[in-house]
Amino acid sequence: MSPDQTLAFETDCHIFDGCGFPAPGLHSFTFEPIATIGGFEFTKPVLLALLGTVVVMVFFWAAFGKAKVVPGKLQLIGEAGYDFVRRGVVYEALGKKEGDKYVPLMVSLFFFVWIMNLWSVIPVAQFPVTSIIAFPAGLAAVVYVLWVSLTFKKHGFVGGWKNITGYDKSLGAVLPLVMVLETFSNLLIRPFTHAVRLFANMFAGHILLLIFTIASWYLLNGVGIAYASVSFVMVILLTAFELFIQALQAYVFVLLACTYIQGALAEHH
Amino acid sequence: MNALTFLAADEPENPLIPPIPELVIGLIAFAIVFAFFAKKLLPNINRVLDERRAAIEGGMEEAEARKAEAQQVLEDYRAQLADARHEAARLRQEAQEQGAALIAEMRAEGQRQREEIIAAGHAQIEADRKQAAQTLRQDVGKLATDLAGKIVGESLEDVARQGRIIDRFLDELEAKAEAAAETKAEAGR
Repeated sequence: MSPDQTLAFETDCHIFDGCGFPAPGLHSFTFEPIATIGGFEFTKPVLLALLGTVVVMVFFWAAFGKAKVVPGKLQLIGEAGYDFVRRGVVYEALGKKEGDKYVPLMVSLFFFVWIMNLWSVIPVAQFPVTSIIAFPAGLAAVVYVLWVSLTFKKHGFVGGWKNITGYDKSLGAVLPLVMVLETFSNLLIRPFTHAVRLFANMFAGHILLLIFTIASWYLLNGVGIAYASVSFVMVILLTAFELFIQALQAYVFVLLACTYIQGALAEHH
Repeated sequence: MNALTFLAADEPENPLIPPIPELVIGLIAFAIVFAFFAKKLLPNINRVLDERRAAIEGGMEEAEARKAEAQQVLEDYRAQLADARHEAARLRQEAQEQGAALIAEMRAEGQRQREEIIAAGHAQIEADRKQAAQTLRQDVGKLATDLAGKIVGESLEDVARQGRIIDRFLDELEAKAEAAAETKAEAGR
């Protein structure tokens, strides 16, 4: 692996050259720091995260900064995205009255996650920032803190615990079991799955893309060229598929966040 | 260098343990995006969307007002048309009544004139008749006297002569009557 980490694999290695397939793995997700500032390693994912932040803000500034009643093309696109999250996700899960408060959070969450996913297929960048667990975990933590605090704010201390533990007298003998499971599921599993669902999808997607991209290059020798072309077709197909998955995972992440908040605001049954 | 040596050089990390610096940077980056959306961009776009809704609703209200106005005008027009029709019918009715009255009047006038003429004719005829009767009475008396004188003057035994006398008398009588009619016609003119 070259120390500058501009490429994800060895470029001087081909099949029939007595060189093994440089398979992608965990090492594909660790980068040599571009710069080290006071012990902090400034790596490619961090750079992409910051760039993504700028891109989202610049795009929406261009779209909404000088918004007009009769929209331009960019504003129209921005409005479509905004309306999709607002109506399609937030109002759908929380209703217009309750949901209005959470629209800014969900809209920024959606587009932030989406651009972080999108880096995966953007030339030169080609790395999904969300495949580093720290980023989805941070976002899931924000939602988790909001969800738990809303639960106690809405129902009070006892009511909040009843909500989290799924307390329901009509369950009778199985109630303790249900309460243990619900508490475990809600307080521990839920934030974990929320973060890991996004992380794992992006991680796996990146590995898939890497496998076929590396293979396309690695097989480019002698008879291997025929296989390399198949592999390259797979790269294209998977890139399209990843585009879909990236948007879908951003959508799922935000939808789940809304569902959690809806659960916190709902009257416990 | 291959993957193994790379892994050996950089100890493999558990991909599920979040590195703290990235966690912090991710949170800061998201906080910036969120703040920008919440404080600036979304209020901006919401204001514009509200304005647009207001504009569309305003347009709709205006259209509604126009529609109501058009409806009002149409109703007025229809009312006027109905009035005009009513008026025309009334005038026609009036004209018919007037015409009928005129005809009746003229008919009455004609009747009156006819009766006058008839009455005048009757009076004339009566006068003529009286005059004729007067004349006839004088003439018949005179004729009777003449005839009696002639019958007495001639022999009554001969039937043939008698016949001739009567014929002659009647011829004279006719001649006289014609003469009288001519004088009367002349007098009538």
